[in-house]
Amino acid sequence: MFLVQPFQSIGVPYGWAWFLSQAIIMVVLSLILMLSVAAVILADRKIWAAVQLRRGPNVVGAFGLLQTIADALKFIFKEVIIPSGANKVLFLIAPVVTATLAFIAWAVIPFAKGWVISNINVGILYLFAVSSLGVYGVIVAGWASNSKYAFLSALRAAAQMVSYEVSIGFVLVTVLLFAGSLNLSAIVEAQRHGWFAFTLLFPMFVIFFISSLAETQRPPFDLLEAESELVAGFTVEYSSTPFLMFFLGEYMNVIMLCGLMTVLFLGGWLPVWHVAPFTYVPGVVWFILKMAVLFFLMAMVKAIVPRYRYDQLMRLGWKVFLPISLVWVVLTAGWVMAFPHGIGAY
Amino acid sequence: MLLTEIAFDLFSAIMIASAFMVIAARNPVHSVLFLILTFFNAAALFVLLGAEFLAMILVIVYVGAVAVLFLFVVMMLDVDFAELKRGALQYLPFGTLVGIVLLCELILVGSVWFFAPGAPQALAHATPSGLTNTAALGQILYTNYVYYFQTAGLILLVAMIGAIVLTLRHKPNARRQSIPVQNARSRQDAVTLVEIEPGRGA
Repeated sequence: MFLVQPFQSIGVPYGWAWFLSQAIIMVVLSLILMLSVAAVILADRKIWAAVQLRRGPNVVGAFGLLQTIADALKFIFKEVIIPSGANKVLFLIAPVVTATLAFIAWAVIPFAKGWVISNINVGILYLFAVSSLGVYGVIVAGWASNSKYAFLSALRAAAQMVSYEVSIGFVLVTVLLFAGSLNLSAIVEAQRHGWFAFTLLFPMFVIFFISSLAETQRPPFDLLEAESELVAGFTVEYSSTPFLMFFLGEYMNVIMLCGLMTVLFLGGWLPVWHVAPFTYVPGVVWFILKMAVLFFLMAMVKAIVPRYRYDQLMRLGWKVFLPISLVWVVLTAGWVMAFPHGIGAY
Repeated sequence: MLLTEIAFDLFSAIMIASAFMVIAARNPVHSVLFLILTFFNAAALFVLLGAEFLAMILVIVYVGAVAVLFLFVVMMLDVDFAELKRGALQYLPFGTLVGIVLLCELILVGSVWFFAPGAPQALAHATPSGLTNTAALGQILYTNYVYYFQTAGLILLVAMIGAIVLTLRHKPNARRQSIPVQNARSRQDAVTLVEIEPGRGA
């Protein structure tokens, strides 16, 4: 939206100006996202190493800053190996689906006031839809690989992601009840007088955090690529660029969920306090800071918590999170009915 | 609105083609994937109509949940494709008969269709002005049709309980972990240190 007027001022008609501005913003955002994925992967490895009293990557570039770039180049220049028994078309479509879904989710995330590619009314449903599609990349990859390990991993993935989506759905309902809108910018604005994480919804924030670990197959829920059981899970047969696309999609989903949690519970681009020094900081900086804090938590969980067993994972999803979030939906609805004007919690 | 027309033609063409491929594809996994493509294009048509809520719900429910289970089942089945093709030809006359009967019934229903009083006016402005269509749907469902809505919900609940009852099996010798019992264990009753003398064993 920023570039519409400059284009119009040099004589481009509105339709084309809009199209060009959207296209430029999308390309720039994609580049920024890919660079931030590189940074996030490095941060993940560094934090993991620090917990284990290692140095982590420190050879390529100063402090190992270029390690991820070097890894990416290595992936790209390697040979793509397609197993002879694999279903070739689906085998190659699967990583493309994963990477594409990881990118399109960002279309509705508001980075600051008005900084959003598509400010649609059903933003949160769109994100829920995109994240529920994420399972296809994994399941198709597992099936098309024609390998036992990959297939078992795909079955685990399907069950795991469908299970945790249920509780994520209920958590979203509680947030919607508080915010009264499905538009992500409106949800952020509804938190102007207090972030949802510090209201009645705090348990939902915790559940959403843990469910998003399960949704992105981060440890301790990385059962579909549990090395000791399934070698590398659904990516067993993948090499070079297709593997890179899975890797990119996975990490991009992780930071997307950090962004979503920021929007839903931590007040998005709003400053911590609405007083002088804090309000000078631009919204996008707050947004990135909050995302970084959440990602740090995710990286620490990866470093500290041991992996779940599969039946424990299913138990947690269906017997713990689902009942709690279901009760919380009723509770939140009652709360909103009891205090319709300005919720009393803050 | 040339762009909208092009988009409509594109989405509906892909939708019809992929719907055809659902029944024509040889491999059932491909069939399910084409079904997903069909759902997607249906969702895109909803978006073109301005019904963004329905579009998203279609993707979430059908693509995100129902089709995953289809795919799950189809992948697990060990289907002999050659056998299946031979069977399809054998059932072709019967299938055609069912299709013709269905078509006749649709034509009959369509020919005697009449609208409820007030329906044409409601169709003319489907969404009240100043409301998103999510809010509009909510108002209709939870005010005008609340009893039907709740009845549908109850029926689904009964169906869900029925499905669980039908498939629940308590295996007598399955070993289950009780998390509270597990958490209540302490180091004292789980670990014993044994001093082993050389040459004697434990």
